[in-house]
Amino acid sequence: MNPAAAPPSGPHWLAEAQAGVLRDPDTAGTLIAAAARELPPAGVTRGRAVLLAAVLRADAGVARLATLYRHGDSGEKLDLLRALPLLPDPGGLPAAAIPLLRDALRSNDDRLVAAALGPYSDHLDQAAWRHGVLKCVFLGVPLARVHRLGERADAELAVMIGGLAAERDAAGRRLPPDAAALLRHLTAATTDDQPVTPAEG
Amino acid sequence: MRIFDPHIHMTSRTTDDYSAMAAAGVKAVVEPAFWLGQPRTCPGSFADYFDSLVGWEPYRAGQFGIRHYATIALNPKEANDLRLTPVLDMVPRYLAKENVVAVGEIGYDTMTPQEDTAFAAQLAMAMTAGLPALVHTPHRDKARGTARSLAVVAESGIGADLVVLDHLNEVTVRQVRDAGCWAGFSLYPETKMTPGRMVELLKKYGTERMLVNSAADWGRSDPLLTVRTAEAMLASGFTEAAVDQVFWGNPTEFFGRSGRLTPAIAGAADEAYAGNSITRGGR
Ligand SMILES: [Zn+2]
Repeated sequence: MNPAAAPPSGPHWLAEAQAGVLRDPDTAGTLIAAAARELPPAGVTRGRAVLLAAVLRADAGVARLATLYRHGDSGEKLDLLRALPLLPDPGGLPAAAIPLLRDALRSNDDRLVAAALGPYSDHLDQAAWRHGVLKCVFLGVPLARVHRLGERADAELAVMIGGLAAERDAAGRRLPPDAAALLRHLTAATTDDQPVTPAEG
Repeated sequence: MRIFDPHIHMTSRTTDDYSAMAAAGVKAVVEPAFWLGQPRTCPGSFADYFDSLVGWEPYRAGQFGIRHYATIALNPKEANDLRLTPVLDMVPRYLAKENVVAVGEIGYDTMTPQEDTAFAAQLAMAMTAGLPALVHTPHRDKARGTARSLAVVAESGIGADLVVLDHLNEVTVRQVRDAGCWAGFSLYPETKMTPGRMVELLKKYGTERMLVNSAADWGRSDPLLTVRTAEAMLASGFTEAAVDQVFWGNPTEFFGRSGRLTPAIAGAADEAYAGNSITRGGR
């Protein structure tokens, strides 16, 4: 990584940065960080996805992506997680990305937790996914942000949310309304021995 | 009253402190990288520490409506441990981060050759990154340490107005003012400044290029001494505008030279602040 290289600036910043990453992928870290101030706030996430896609075209691109996550600040980590479903897989991307999703799920930053449960969470095994959903309930992250919740929610998740509901009850507190609704839905479905229908897309 | 504390080690503080600070009008802080009381023994410990300064701590501050910025450096005390020299290679990576607004704390602890090297190298990194520098002045042999720091700053070629020398007192302030650098004062019970003495210095030297901070950390310190000093200024006849200059205008001007303060903080208007989300996570 060459931090001495002045980042390109101007209206064509993203195109220049993308060309820069394709030329020398070692510059990606500095450029992806700089995107926060070079691009308008609404364009940062998309711009970083463009740069990450360029990183994946380099030698050892997948390993570079994992390093960029490790070296990222919260905003960069968040944008990388959001970019995952959009990125081309040069081979081995899911295997490299799963530890990143798990890292995000271990964090206490609700933005990272929610991002880890986006579309790429299809690659998480069911046990990790359930704990992620339970953490969302615990942190108050809206469950509408969990990808394929209706399809993946199962009886085991119902047991876990039910346990949290009992603890909250004992403390005189309630589950968030969306979690309470999911729990009612899951327990009704289980009792009736019917398949769980998707709550949302 | 709005307060920007330009030097406070929130990593060592509790959520009660964040609550009390927010209630008292603290809306933004700069957390300089420094030492943690317990010496670190490997570069990885610094990576984790720096990561928390650009990750967890800004998030934690955001929960209380406080915008958190950081400065990054290998501090002078630990620069003496040769096992930690590789930290200098990690610093530029962090200087690119969104909430990093200066290089710091650099400077001297006991004025060793290792400290000379780290100080000069990191001033050069500040110039390369286009960032201001936060210079810690030593607790012992302070007057000579301050003079030597000013000489290193002058030799580096960085603009004097991009440098703050911190932890100053009645004995060391004059030479820093004369050199054209910013003067930082830490309201730190017993060992550094008190609100009453700070007010006297502001009367004598004026309110320009003066940064007043709590430097609160893991030692006996108080994150609200900025507020107490602002109150003491008002009680001794300073105007609201003068207080706002010291506790808001000056820190935003100095750290604004990084170009990295969010518009809500850099802009003068309170309304702008109220209308914007504290962290970019709101997007
Ligand atoms: Zn300090």
